This record gives sequence, C-alpha cells and structure tokens, in this order.
Amino acid sequence: MAETAVTQTQAQSQTPPSADSAGLLQGYDPNGFFCEILRRGQSPNSGLELLCARLAQLPIEVLRRRAVDAERDLLERGITFTVYSDATAIDRILPFDLIPRVITAPEWQHIETGVIQRVRALNLFLHDIYHEGKILADGVVPRELVLGNAGYCKLMAGFDVPFGTYVHICGTDIVRDETGRFMVLEDNARTPSGVSYVVENRHMTQRVLSDVMVGLKVRGVDEYGLRLHRALVEIAPQGVLDPQVVLLSPGIFNSAYFEHVFLAREMGVPLVEGRDLVVENHRVFMRTTAGLAPVHTIYRRLNDDFLDPDAFRPDSALGVRGLVEAWRRGNVAVANAVGTGVADDKAVYAYMPRIIRYYLSEEPILANVETHICSEPEALAYTLDHLAELVVKPVAESGGYGILIGPHASQAQLATFRSRLIADPANYISQPTLKLSVCPTLTDTGVAPRHIDLRPFAVTGRDTWVLPGGLTRVALRAGTLVVNSSQGGGSKDTWVLA
Amino acid sequence: MSETAAMATPMHLIARHAASAVWLARYIERIDNLARLLDVTKTHSHDDGDWLPILRINGDITDFFERYAEVTHDNVARFYLVDADSPNSVQAAINAAKENARTLRALISTEMWLQINVFHSRIRALTDADLAPDRMSALCAMLKEGAQAHVGISEGTFYRDQCWHFTMIGRYLERADQTTRLLDTQFSTLATHSGTDPDVDAGKWHALVRAAGGYHAYRREHPHGYRPAEVADFLLANTAFPRAVSLNLSQIEWHLTQLRARYHLRGCGRALERLDDLGSVLTRDAVATLVPRGLSTFLDKVQREIAALHDDVIVGLCGG
Repeated sequence: MAETAVTQTQAQSQTPPSADSAGLLQGYDPNGFFCEILRRGQSPNSGLELLCARLAQLPIEVLRRRAVDAERDLLERGITFTVYSDATAIDRILPFDLIPRVITAPEWQHIETGVIQRVRALNLFLHDIYHEGKILADGVVPRELVLGNAGYCKLMAGFDVPFGTYVHICGTDIVRDETGRFMVLEDNARTPSGVSYVVENRHMTQRVLSDVMVGLKVRGVDEYGLRLHRALVEIAPQGVLDPQVVLLSPGIFNSAYFEHVFLAREMGVPLVEGRDLVVENHRVFMRTTAGLAPVHTIYRRLNDDFLDPDAFRPDSALGVRGLVEAWRRGNVAVANAVGTGVADDKAVYAYMPRIIRYYLSEEPILANVETHICSEPEALAYTLDHLAELVVKPVAESGGYGILIGPHASQAQLATFRSRLIADPANYISQPTLKLSVCPTLTDTGVAPRHIDLRPFAVTGRDTWVLPGGLTRVALRAGTLVVNSSQGGGSKDTWVLA
Repeated sequence: MSETAAMATPMHLIARHAASAVWLARYIERIDNLARLLDVTKTHSHDDGDWLPILRINGDITDFFERYAEVTHDNVARFYLVDADSPNSVQAAINAAKENARTLRALISTEMWLQINVFHSRIRALTDADLAPDRMSALCAMLKEGAQAHVGISEGTFYRDQCWHFTMIGRYLERADQTTRLLDTQFSTLATHSGTDPDVDAGKWHALVRAAGGYHAYRREHPHGYRPAEVADFLLANTAFPRAVSLNLSQIEWHLTQLRARYHLRGCGRALERLDDLGSVLTRDAVATLVPRGLSTFLDKVQREIAALHDDVIVGLCGG
C-alpha cells in the first residue's frame, strides 16, 4: 500500500502540465479587477514569477486533495469560531483557501509606514479628545461627533496612559482598487481579532504547501506573541520587576475563544476570566492555587461595557469590580485602553486624513475611501440620490452586519434601506462601491478570482511594530464583496516577500 | 537545575484551571472504566439481570428507571453509550471532558487537545446501530483506546508543571473511586454465595478482576484460583496494581507533596492529613481481618473518604 501511494504521488508531481490540466491558473481571468498574483501592468517580480510557475505545475486535483486535508486538520485542531444565530451556536472553521495572497517588499514598506502613521494619529487624537480637545476647538472634527459618540468614555477625561498609547493592538482594514492602490476601509481600535488566523494559516501552508513556498523569501509571522508580550510589559506600572500579564477573556463560549487561547499560549501568560480576578485596595490580583497573586497588565478581550460593573454596566458578570479605579490609580495597565471606540467609529473615520494632517503635519500615506457622512444634509441627499451605486454602512456596527451594497440590492431592499436611512441618517455613512482586488481562489468550478482585503496588526507599547503579514479575508461567493467571517468569508495566508 | 528554576519563580496556576485539570482527568478515566465494565458484563452475562450491577455501581438505578422500563442489554447500553442526558454516560463524560479541555487549552499540549477533539467527535457520532451485541466489544475497545491514548499523549507531551500534577491527582482519584465502587457492588454477593457453584463463582470472580483490568496480574500473583481475601487485598491494598486503591492514594500523596514542596501550595494540608489517616486504615492486615465480616461498611467509609479527598483538593487548592 505504502509503495503504491509513493509511486502515485511521484507520478503526479512529475506530470508535465498538459493541455487539459495545465495547472491552476489556466483559464483564470480576473475580469478587469486588479489581481494580486498576475499583477497585469506591473513590472515583473521574481518571487511572484516563481510562485506562478509553481502554481502552473500544480494539478488542480492535487490542490483539491490538499484543501480537503487542510479543512479536516483545522476542524480536528479545533481552530474554530462560534457562530450565533437564533438559539444555536455552531463551531465553524474559517474556510481556508490554499492559494496565498502575496505582498511585495515595496508594497509592504508602504503599508507598514502607512499603518504606523495612522496608529500614531489615532493615539494623538485619543489623547487630545480626553484632554484639551484642541482638535475640537479648532473645528477640525465636529465636537458633537466626538462628545456625543457612543464610543466616547467620560471616565477617560484627564487620565494619562503610558506613552500616550491607547490603541495597543490595532487592526487596520485595507483594500485595493482596480488600479492596485491601497486604501484604508476602517480602523479597528477596540479589540480587533483575527491575528491567530494569520499565524495558524501560515502553519497550515507549511504543512500542506511547503513545496510551493520553499525558496521564496516569505517573512515569518511567529514573532507576534513575543512582540505583544513585550509591549504589554512596557506599559505595566513602573517599578515592577517582572510584570505579570494576563489575557482576560469572556470565556469558552465566546466566538473568538480560540484566539484568546492562542494569544495566551503565544505569550505564555494565564488566560483568565473576570471571576479569576479580584481587586483589593485598588490592586488587581488573580486567584491561583497558591492564593492571590498580583496582576500588572491586562490584555482584555472584553468590550468596555463589560469590563467593570462599578464603572459601566452594573449587570456585567464577565468583568472585574473595581478594575477601572485600580487602573486610574496606576496600579494596573489595561490594553486596549477604554474609550478607543470613538476613534474607530465609521463617521470619525471620514475625518482621519484631516486628523493625520492636524497632528503630524504629514500627508496620509494610506488613503481613505471617499466617505459621505449622512448626518450632513448634503451627504445624505447625495447618498439617497445614488443609493443603487453606493455601499451604506451603519456607523456603530461591526462584523459586516447591516450593510447595504447598492449594486447588489433588489428594489425592495433599496426601498427599505432608504426609509431606514431617512429615519436615522446620523447612524450611516456611504462610500462608492469599490472594485476590490482579487486573488485566484479554489472554487467548485476551478480556480477563479475572488475579492479580498487585508488586516495588518500593529502592536504599540512605547513604539509601534507591524506584523509582516496580516489577515487576508476572501469573499468566497462569486461576485460578493463581504469578506467577514460571520458572513461566509474565508481567509488566505498572506505572504510578505522580503 | 530546572527544579531550582521552578523554585525561584514558580509559575502561577489559576485556581479554576486546577479544578478543570482534576475534572478533565476524571472524566476521561470514567470513560475507560465504563467501557471496561460494559465489555466485561457483555462478555460474561448470561441474562439481562447481569446488567443490573453496572447501574448500581454508578448509582444510576433511579435515573435509569426514569427513562427505561426494563434492565436489558439494549437499554443499559443505550443509557451509557448514546444517551447524552444520562449524567454518567460516555456522552456526558466526553462533553464534560472537552469543556474542561477547552478551558485548559492554553495549558495542555496541542496533541492532547487534538486527540480529545477527535475522540469527542467519534463518541458523538455513536448511534443505536453501534450497540448491537456483536459490535459492543469493538466499541468498548475504541473507548478504552481513546482514553488510553489520552493518558499516553499526556505522558509524552504534557509539560509537568502544576497543571500536570492536578491532572494526575484527578486520574488517581477517579481510579480509586471506581475500584471501590466495583468491589462494593460485586464483592458482598460473591463472598457470601461462595462455594455453592464453583464454576459459576470462578466466572464471576474472573469477571470482577477483569473489569478492573487486572486479570493477568492477578493470575501471576495468585495462580491457584480466587479467594475472597486475596481479591480484596489485590484491589484495595496492592501497591503494584495500577487500579488498586492503595497505589492510587500513594500516587496522590506524591503529587500533593510535590505541589507543596515545589510550588509552596499551603492548601495541600487537609488532603495530606486525610491521606495519612486513610493509609493507616487501608493496610493489608486490616483488609484481611475485615473480609470474613464483610467489606461493605468499610468500603462505604473508603468511598466517602475519597469523595472528601476530592473536596479537600478543590476547596484547598482550586478556590472551591
């Protein structure tokens, strides 16, 4: 049996590409979208050429077989997220497409500097609005938009955080248009998730696609846990010799629990729930087998609302009573800081280019997508007039919920959305429908173009470091633009070339 | 040298995680024990009445009769193997084991998690069709293998810090508990009726020792046949048989001592004291004296003490 299997594998890999099985990219047509692998109109890149040649050598049956192996592997490893709908909770894997997304060295340089610039601006903005509020006084950002924002937290006023860092972990959603230009779609400055998939996808590639990867200079992603831990140690209260970091999770039923496990393990720190922590004399302790042990930095994967029943929702059973006061007294550090939601609000997003210029006196390195803020009468009128061409998003939602994609909506859907928009314009922004870039993706009918985006992860303590890679999400259904995992999206490994 | 390092900066273990470690091991061990018991009963049963003792061992008589009218092979097998609502079924045990493993996922090895996850899917997929008498042995073998694979993978991959000690304590607690239960239900009937029909008796003693997984070892120790005192001694006071109560208690003692010495866990005191008391009661001499009068009262006490020992560990070390 073993011998036969070996012979077959050899036969497959030695088969030269013939007319009817000329590898994966035969018949592949990006349909006028920018393709991340073919790069029509760009100067050739040796890494990409090598990758294309290897993909051309790979029969589709082999790729399919490996895809089946990969899927089983993910399920057995329990690399899953939980989907809640109605009364059921199902463990699902994030579908993984084996064909990687590639970012060249100059492109990465552009993204990295752009993300670092953006994180700096976000932190300066947060510091300002929770202190002097200069940007509001100068009329650059409307006062009401900030102070009346659901993400604005009064408790943070006048409170200093180490190094002025509020957003310790930032996930910046970036897309590419048909010309290949990178644009920021949104900033995730609260508790962005997905980094575990970046690392797990790489491990999966190394298991099932190492022959395609070998010799290509792909930058590693294993450093994330170390870098994150270092940043969390940096922000710990001063004078603590060996600060104790913990990861605070809502628990095993949270949809992102796998990621919490992953991060705790990568950092080598305890994974705790609110009930494991207790505040005494404004200091935070964890309940261990040896009694109470001090905690110095908390990486919380819990929303602001649930963090501390004394400070926020009194009914929260997930949080830690007295935590915010302990933090305000400087006895513990919390990442991300409370009140960062105001910075990743979709309406505030529209002002990001102006925010960057205001604080840094620099032009934004990464562009924004043109955004109409429906609370402004002109923008609302424009949006209502062009509803069938636009993407309209509620400002406070995440996860791709409640979005209208005009060109894909029926007359009835447009009408319903129109009335919703008129009823509560301040809750919406609109953007042009983007021709998102595509990447070859394995589908039931062969390799086909599918739209993708990118979420790089930036870690900030004293300084900002960006993981060379990121979560590439792919809209697996033909034509669809929504890449969210909760909406049928999958992911790809992201190869940043050295 | 690594021991010195551990002494210098002992890694903390969240109390709730320690409790999960104890429970994880107990549930996996429970699956192993249940599979053994079902397999032996199936092999040695002559009529449906032979299935009653299993229900008694697990304290399930009431639960069982709430859902089933009769004690039959089919009903008992369904109750223990596919019924997720029966609290002592393998379904309930693997669900609980997986939930605890999920809680501990950042602490146990990837291989341990993977195996539990796959084992869980396999058990969840069982249907009535798997319970047919000619398939029962294969099913029990699968369950035993799954539980043993867990033990083996833990042995080879689990970092031996605090969490490992708690897992081991859980495993030994469950073994000690299961063995006393097994003895308690089988021994008194067998010992009193001994001598009326030597062939039937030998078969039943044989089944008892086999259910504890000790047949060959017992044979080696006692090649001449079954004597009640020797069986009781073997299962209770032997210090080499993996499922003997004494052996398991001394293993627990070792782990508690380690936890106290290496991690300075002061909460070990109660449990260690109780083990001390139990050790002085559970001697070969004591067992030999007790057998002629009947073990029942004694086994009740030992069982209660094992349950109390579990509580000592949970209350003293795992935050209640």
